[in-house]
Amino acid sequence: MMTAVDVRGVTKRYRRYQHRRQFATLKSALIRGSLTSDLSPEESFTAVNDVSLTVPAGAAIGIIGRNGSGKSTLLKLVAGITKPTIGEVKVNGRISALIELGAGFHPEISGRENVFINGVMLGLTKHEVAQRFDEIVAFAELEEFIDAPVKNYSSGMYTRLGFAVAVHVDPDILIVDEVLAVGDQGFSLKCLDKFSEFKRRGKTILLVTHGLGTVQQFCDEALWLDHGATRGVGDPTRVVHAYLEDVARAEEKLLTESDRRKQEATIAKGTAVAANDAPRPLDLTDSEPPEDMFRASEGRWGSREASIVTVNLEGDNGPAHVFRTGEQMTVRMKVEVAEALNDFVFGVSIFNAEGVCCYGTNTELEDLRPETMVGDGEVTFVIDSLDLVGGVYKLDVAVHDRHGRPYDYHRLLYTFRVNSPTQDAGFYRPRHRWGFSPNIRFRPPVSDRTP
Amino acid sequence: MLDNLQRLFRYRGLVQTLVTRELKARYRGSVLGFLWSFINPLLLLLVYTFVFSVVLPGFRGDLEPYALFLFCGLLPWTWFSSALLESSHSLIANGNLIKKVLFPVEILPVVAVLSNMFHFFFALPILGLFLLFYTRPVSPFELVWFPVVVLAQLVLTLGIAFFLSALTVHFRDLRDILGNLLTLWFFSTPILYPMSQLPPFGQGLMNLNPFAHLAIAYQEILFYEGPFGHWKWLLALLAGSFVVFLLGYALFDRLRDSFAEEV
Repeated sequence: MMTAVDVRGVTKRYRRYQHRRQFATLKSALIRGSLTSDLSPEESFTAVNDVSLTVPAGAAIGIIGRNGSGKSTLLKLVAGITKPTIGEVKVNGRISALIELGAGFHPEISGRENVFINGVMLGLTKHEVAQRFDEIVAFAELEEFIDAPVKNYSSGMYTRLGFAVAVHVDPDILIVDEVLAVGDQGFSLKCLDKFSEFKRRGKTILLVTHGLGTVQQFCDEALWLDHGATRGVGDPTRVVHAYLEDVARAEEKLLTESDRRKQEATIAKGTAVAANDAPRPLDLTDSEPPEDMFRASEGRWGSREASIVTVNLEGDNGPAHVFRTGEQMTVRMKVEVAEALNDFVFGVSIFNAEGVCCYGTNTELEDLRPETMVGDGEVTFVIDSLDLVGGVYKLDVAVHDRHGRPYDYHRLLYTFRVNSPTQDAGFYRPRHRWGFSPNIRFRPPVSDRTP
Repeated sequence: MLDNLQRLFRYRGLVQTLVTRELKARYRGSVLGFLWSFINPLLLLLVYTFVFSVVLPGFRGDLEPYALFLFCGLLPWTWFSSALLESSHSLIANGNLIKKVLFPVEILPVVAVLSNMFHFFFALPILGLFLLFYTRPVSPFELVWFPVVVLAQLVLTLGIAFFLSALTVHFRDLRDILGNLLTLWFFSTPILYPMSQLPPFGQGLMNLNPFAHLAIAYQEILFYEGPFGHWKWLLALLAGSFVVFLLGYALFDRLRDSFAEEV
């Protein structure tokens, strides 16, 4: 089969001229006679690192990866907009790059004239644009506005027109950089239809997108870039899966880190208050609970006759901040009391990102009557099945007396994320199943879902 | 580099489209629209005629009609200076084309120079009216030289435009310096005053100024009577302009790959 795009061992380094930006101008360059040396890099940044990719004609390749992983740079290299520092890029056929839609539109002149100019810029002749003009305008759904100056277009109209021109250039290789995100649902679907049509006609497509579903459904192969290097290439489902796992791991790390910082900050504040109040141990000026408990933002307060020293979240495989829906979650608290207590209540609540309480309970409500608590101890709160929909949640933990006077209240200090394969709504997912009488039938699933 | 120059020729369709776009877009939205192409040079002429006939009458020598003399040098200078200012800015202004679209970058300064050339052409009929008004005879033998002068100016301007547009990407300071340099250049060129006003030393120095030769050529063809005596200088300038063009393009070509990253 013919190869449409052949990327061989390509590395792209960007130069950074921090030094020159600050000190040198044309004047000093001329005075020192260092014009060319100033134009050579002093520090470089590797955007794409030794990437190889062979795309057979007619294939659709999805390129995935986090922001800044070099996806767009790779596309620009294939499109020939920038040149590789090392390696080579070979391309067979006419390329159309949908990297920025409507680049080169002139705001003052009409959509009609801009279509012609843009078409010519993208490599058509005037005659070819004229032939396709009606089709372009119909695709962009701009029949009414085509003679208005482009500056009066909405950004949606602008990108639609840009997209319409670019796809009607009729390229052999189409390069698409995250343009499906623009426009409304209907237009996105139309774009996908257009891509499918391209595919049917044996055109090659390189697609950068964060829509992993699109990659799985639409692409023949996926390439996963991470910090400019290839992390995985091959079957889209497999690559997307590996990528998602990696994203979850990174997120876990991030949440751990931010929780740690938040707790350190509040705990540092708490001890400072305690130290100031040493002569009057019961003065709680700075540790009063906020007036409206339901509006309170994150923080920590209480008299500290009992305190919660650490709070850890655990999943099926040990400490975690990211859970699958339905996984077991354990909230593990280390507590300590200065003097023996016989009046104490432990409580836990879960809030979603909008601050809505999803669930809250305490030992008092569940008829656990306190007897004594002495020295250091541990409290665990085990949720057998975390039946929450996907999203970010926060946790309140507290120990207080039976009248609600807080000993130690930790407000929204612990964050966790629930990942879910389904995009269901709300926050609670009851265990459920569907049943249908035999006369109601569904098709078998189209694509395998991301697990 | 020669391949790239050939490619420049292949893109003439695009150049044509973009020049048309510039011409159309320039006065779009103004009331007088295209008339500004004629009004602008007239107003400029009015200002200079006022200054040098009323405010500083001694400066201009004994030229009559002074307005016509002025016009011969002022129109080409307007082309020259606006083309350079625009082209120095052209790569930065069209950054999204360079970064996002596979686009022959050298077209941008070329479009800036050509669209200003057309503005120059549009103002020529006014110059013609002036010639009729003052009933100045223009010999057809002299007029044959006119396209040669225009060609020399075009090639020279393109060459400098390549230099400036490529360097401005790396040294944005150029844009600020350029306006002042052009003002200095304007006053050091015999456009407002005849060459004969200068002391011999100044006249010798003036020979180093390429635009002086262009201005003198325009004036000799359109203003002064008698045969066109400046042709040797003009041909030398034409040759020199091609050298400037090639050097400018060579620099542009060398820096080409850095544009997408620096713009």
